[in-house]
Amino acid sequence: MALTGLDIFKLLPKTNCKKCGMPTCLAFAMQLAQKRAKLDACPFVSDEAKQTLDAAAAPPMRLIKFGQGEHQVQVGQETVLFRHEEKFHNPAAVAAVVSDSLTGDALLARIKAVNGLQFERVGLHLGVNAVALKNDSGDPKLFRDAASALKQHSKLAVILYSDSADAIQGALEELTGACPLIASATQSTIEAMAGLAKTHKCPLAVKADSLEALAELTEKAAALGAEDLVLSLDGLSVKERLYTWTKARALALKKGCRALGYPTLSLVDQGDDTRQLADAASLLCKYGNIVAVDSVEPAVYLALLTVVTNIYTDPQKPIQVEAKLYEIGEPDETSPVLFTTNFSLTYYTVESDVEASRIPAYILVVDTEGTSVLTAYSGDKLNEECVKAAIDKFEVESKVKHRKMIIPGYVAVMSGKLEEATGWEVLVGPRESSMLPKYLQEVWSK
Amino acid sequence: MPIPELVQTHAGSVSRVTLGATKEQGGTRTHTVTIGGAASVVYGGLPEKAGDRPLIAMDVLDTRPDDWPESLSQSFDDVMDSPGKWAAKCVECGADLICLVFDGIHPDKGDKTAADAVAATREVLGAVGVPLILWGCENADKDNQVMPKVSEAAKGENCLIGIVEQDNYKAITAVALADGHNLITGAPLDINIGKQVNILVTDMGFPAERIVTYQSTGALGYGIEYAYSIGERQRLAALSGDKMMAMPAICNVGFEAWRAKEAKLADAPGWGDVAARGPMWEATTAICLLQAGADIIRLRHPKSVAIVKNFIDEIW
Ligand code: SF4
Repeated sequence: MALTGLDIFKLLPKTNCKKCGMPTCLAFAMQLAQKRAKLDACPFVSDEAKQTLDAAAAPPMRLIKFGQGEHQVQVGQETVLFRHEEKFHNPAAVAAVVSDSLTGDALLARIKAVNGLQFERVGLHLGVNAVALKNDSGDPKLFRDAASALKQHSKLAVILYSDSADAIQGALEELTGACPLIASATQSTIEAMAGLAKTHKCPLAVKADSLEALAELTEKAAALGAEDLVLSLDGLSVKERLYTWTKARALALKKGCRALGYPTLSLVDQGDDTRQLADAASLLCKYGNIVAVDSVEPAVYLALLTVVTNIYTDPQKPIQVEAKLYEIGEPDETSPVLFTTNFSLTYYTVESDVEASRIPAYILVVDTEGTSVLTAYSGDKLNEECVKAAIDKFEVESKVKHRKMIIPGYVAVMSGKLEEATGWEVLVGPRESSMLPKYLQEVWSK
Repeated sequence: MPIPELVQTHAGSVSRVTLGATKEQGGTRTHTVTIGGAASVVYGGLPEKAGDRPLIAMDVLDTRPDDWPESLSQSFDDVMDSPGKWAAKCVECGADLICLVFDGIHPDKGDKTAADAVAATREVLGAVGVPLILWGCENADKDNQVMPKVSEAAKGENCLIGIVEQDNYKAITAVALADGHNLITGAPLDINIGKQVNILVTDMGFPAERIVTYQSTGALGYGIEYAYSIGERQRLAALSGDKMMAMPAICNVGFEAWRAKEAKLADAPGWGDVAARGPMWEATTAICLLQAGADIIRLRHPKSVAIVKNFIDEIW
């Protein structure tokens, strides 16, 4: 929580000695509040004041990293409750559960299935972010063997799920350098687990059934030297977890509650794939930073990873596609040409509707700085000049014999000028992209 | 360890809208339903203040659709020529409401007449006891021509009818008022226009407590984040006491989700079987929008209805 100039002033010596270069302590405090001065400039501040100010400057939610290299997961350091207030910063991680009750080929098959949860959609690559290795067997030896198999067969970041410090220790020895997330320490194992986290330089999840108990555990862990922490709830229903995480986020961000200023971990393993999908999707929205799901059904992950992509999109920065001439199907020199804007949502909607028509076509994407057709037109980012420039730049005239351009129905008004500027005949398409299949099949094909 | 108190005091809450009318109330519905009433952001207060349970409306079209993917249409293949039978099947699947969509009156999608639309309305009213939503074809001229007749045919049933928009609201608002229905105000993912159209219809004398807003919907992967943030902003505005933003919200999930490749593409190696994937895509879209405060969700596939209902049972 940022302190105001007055808050800071109360912590200063109030002697107005001018050593900091400011005429008064108050003036110095104001500069500090605006981050235009450094506290070191005052030689007389007390240690207590220093601590308070340092704490206030730290982000309200800690950034936690686990895993290695390009598969490292980074979550936390969120600053808002609602994405429109600013944005969500570090996309939540989706993990797939691997149980150590599997051994041999069955274990390998599960690990391979998890590794295979990779998708290409709308020009983006999406993949599962982590493996949650669960000590269902209760046997430290089996847990260690499974960790060793993971190390060999997967590059994904690992979450070690066990209540036994012995089991965690064995697995950590197999995973040296992999920096797994240890999950989880409880009231009775906090000393041992915090010790392991410290020795192996890994983040640690702490687990309890209430925010009060969690706050106590994080304070304890921090005092024991384990400061990279994650919150986890034990034995609560999905409903209770959604309410509790929402409260934790608000307390950390709005009330400056440091003891709860950590990302969250949720395990979703009740019911079938559809129930887990529903529970996990809701937790990814409110306010899960790491959500582990006990399934390897691709459709579940395709949906969950898309939820994360969407919810963590920066509301201020529309996603754009590259401006160029896209080929849908295998168009030839008689195929229709349509143009649209480079706002990714607009493009992919048009693309999907053109595909649905089953008529091969060219889509000319005009750079409108990522705005939709109407917004671009009213902001003069879409006009006959830029369409003409795109036709030339992407050599559309060498691709088709005809000179007919299908334009979005919403910008029918630009027909005349566009015909003048390009010499092409303009065909006004439908206003709604969803009418494109019908339009292409009925109007174009005639 | 003691943690700080979070005291939430809000000046306002989401208004409550009751749909349907029983025999005693001048209609023929077997029961009524109520939505809205939330007095906090989603999960941001006491569960008792979360308002009424969100409801599921299943889409029934007045014409057999020719553009539904097979994995969706096969559930209704035997009833799609009869809106009444289709609606009855939806109620068996757990629909809280039937959303009768007059796609077929659209000039480009069949150009059916007002008489056809009235017949479909009567058929559905006769076939099911749940309250009805009557949703036009979103062609302003045709809706203005047909929806007043539909409204009249359902007079006394306390339906939810729409949608009216900023530049076309007068005709349908007037008949909804005359026939005692509730109204859906629509806006194209623009919260200011959403508020403006509420002001316009209330200026015509339409009671704010009988309005449900439709801020447009984006599917998962196709702009859901816009609808999500508008939903959250709308709830915050309602809590701040803004009466023109305090209406419950409806989302058109079925139509949007089933346009997505991820829902309908059968041949998609590595994406999982389309029979399960389609309903999952639709249900996930719905569940995300529930996190943002939606009160009525329009759905299409019986399996997604089951997934979303199970989730609602868990949470509300
Ligand atoms: S140096 Fe410290 S005590 Fe002296 S005026 Fe500056 S802030 Fe005040």
